[in-house]
Amino acid sequence: MSIRESYLESGPGSKLASWIFSTDHKRIGLLYLAVIMSLFFVGVTLGFLMRLELITRGPTIMEAQTYNSLFTLHGVIMLFIFIIPVTTSVFGNFMLPIMIGARDVAFPRLNLLSWWIFVAGTILAITTLILGPADTGWTFYAPYSLISGQYVALAVFAVFVLGLSSILTGINMVTTVHRLRAPGMTWHRLPLFVWAIYATAWILVIATPILGVNLLMIIAERFFGIGVFDPAKGGDPILYQHLFWIYSHPAVYVMILPSLGVIAEIIPVFSRKTVFGYKAIAYSSIGIAALGSLVWGHHMFVSGYSYTAGVIFSLFTFLVAIPSAVKVYNFVGTMYKGSIVVDTPFYFVLAFIYMFAVGGLTGVILGALSINIHLHDTYFVVAHFHYIKFGAAALGFFAALHYWFPKVFGRMYNRRFANWSLLIFFIGFNLLFLPMFVLGYEGMPRRYFDYLPQYANLQYLSIFGSWVLVIGIAMMFGNLIKGLFRGKPAPQNPWGAATLEWQVPSPPPKENFREIPEVKHNPYHFENVRRELD
Amino acid sequence: MSYGIEHTAHKDYTGAKIGMWLFLFTEFFLFFGPVLLYTIYRFRYHAAFTASSHELDLAIGSINTAILLTSSLTMAVSISALQRDRTKLSLWMLAATFVLGVVFLINKYFEWTEKFSHGMYPGGEALAGGPPGQGVFYGLYFFLTGLHGLHVLAGITAIGVLAFMVLKKKVSAADHVRLENAGLYWHLVDVVWIYLFPIFYLVR
Repeated sequence: MSIRESYLESGPGSKLASWIFSTDHKRIGLLYLAVIMSLFFVGVTLGFLMRLELITRGPTIMEAQTYNSLFTLHGVIMLFIFIIPVTTSVFGNFMLPIMIGARDVAFPRLNLLSWWIFVAGTILAITTLILGPADTGWTFYAPYSLISGQYVALAVFAVFVLGLSSILTGINMVTTVHRLRAPGMTWHRLPLFVWAIYATAWILVIATPILGVNLLMIIAERFFGIGVFDPAKGGDPILYQHLFWIYSHPAVYVMILPSLGVIAEIIPVFSRKTVFGYKAIAYSSIGIAALGSLVWGHHMFVSGYSYTAGVIFSLFTFLVAIPSAVKVYNFVGTMYKGSIVVDTPFYFVLAFIYMFAVGGLTGVILGALSINIHLHDTYFVVAHFHYIKFGAAALGFFAALHYWFPKVFGRMYNRRFANWSLLIFFIGFNLLFLPMFVLGYEGMPRRYFDYLPQYANLQYLSIFGSWVLVIGIAMMFGNLIKGLFRGKPAPQNPWGAATLEWQVPSPPPKENFREIPEVKHNPYHFENVRRELD
Repeated sequence: MSYGIEHTAHKDYTGAKIGMWLFLFTEFFLFFGPVLLYTIYRFRYHAAFTASSHELDLAIGSINTAILLTSSLTMAVSISALQRDRTKLSLWMLAATFVLGVVFLINKYFEWTEKFSHGMYPGGEALAGGPPGQGVFYGLYFFLTGLHGLHVLAGITAIGVLAFMVLKKKVSAADHVRLENAGLYWHLVDVVWIYLFPIFYLVR
């Protein structure tokens, strides 16, 4: 066989079956991409409608109850279906095995099973949308989640199923990194994206079961009334919050770490210079994962627990800023004195660094006990976590899409158009969320379907921003979809990167490598590679 | 039918074990959450928890502990037998493990129905009138032993499937890691019970 078949070629037989029953990690990555992106657009639509509702005071296009369901579903879809799994499941699956010089993940069939479980969870979530969506917020706080008349148990079960899928993916990734590295691929030669996914996978394995059992207890409460969270029966709803955040705070790092890994891949390639502080970046991923597991209490500063606990949680929250800042310093340090080639993925990186800095610094503000009492449950919090989860984590995923697109599909999108779409996205995003910091500081509470007249002007600005943002997203994905079908064929190594995935054809052949490569350099050794785009 | 690349060449014994241990880790954390709640509520409702644990049947609990410990032994013997290519012994030991698992569940069934008949279930009349700590104790008792019971059920299902695979020579002395992993899972089910038994029955 002289010409190796790309993974996109299907043999004889049913084409659909050759995808949905494929154990090829590359195909599974794309299966995730298809499901997750469809749900992402649903989530965007819900968010857009919520903003639109606020264009006049009082009911505009929906009632308060609908609004409550909308922000719940927006949260459930965007967090559990989009941002928690997206980078790990799509690019972790697709790229990680190639980047470490393996033919597949450690457990290919388990990988396929994870996807099927994920689809089942997604279908359950959509079912609640049709039957009667939960109105508790994505956090399902007891005791309201125990008595709400909506389909809360089904929504909770959907999240449980999605969590199971996460756990299996996490187990797969950890084992893959331990067992399937190519000869010479020592721990300190792992690409930084691999380090990031490795840290993420550990968080998934450690934290998700706690959320899982917590959700099972909510279901048991609703069906049998076991009373562990029900104050009427002697239970304590604060304990629900503890168990919820023990998972859900580390989950924030599940969202952001893979994106930080993507950024750490892109910067050295476009700076033509080895990454500054490789070990610092690698270990800061682990540091974030470890410290991030000890800060859950900062979501509960006003829930009523001991002052000492509050001080400790506040201190650890400040400490997480250190490994995060280490990363940003190293990113900028990598650019310093590099010969920078500015191209689409690099623009995404620049936007990312700004968003991450704004989101991160406002997070430190929220971590301070006294200020938190003023800002708790206001728009300030909403703005902060959208900067981190959407502005940084999701933008990191979009950066990955634009960086790896030519490798994954073997075609190139229109790069000029992509730059413009990013600019519009960036302007729209900041118009949408910057005013929320001010609104929150002035006292506008989150999750309210109405507001006082003094908030009107900033609300209008924010709503206008949501329109610009939606245009930006539509342009970005329209361009990618056009590139997918009509794009020019992409060369093997368009950006001139040194990691292994760029040393195989675009799109990669079925078995990734004819022979498992032997690794001799660190992943950012640019001597023997050159950029193949003009 | 497989649509991926051929994975025949790749049999990673260590990898399979790592994967299983990671999974057991997640199972441990699954039980850790409610046990943490138990600890906190025990501090809060000390008197009610002590009184309630006296109401549980120590005899059935002890018998069930003995049953599960024995089943762990038969499971371990089954694996050792298969590694030494003594397939028949291995199968008999799997059958014994299976039966012991079933007996455990039957005991549990009688234990639960006995409590139900006295109105001692979440929402039952006996608990509704009692002190709040009592309701929480039984809530946690039924949740944790129920969750554990589901794991026993999953375990005996796995053992049944494995016995079939051993019979069909799909799992053999040369390739026994699946039986070993099922054994690890069964030991986890056992270890979880080793924690549940004292916190509900013994600490009085």
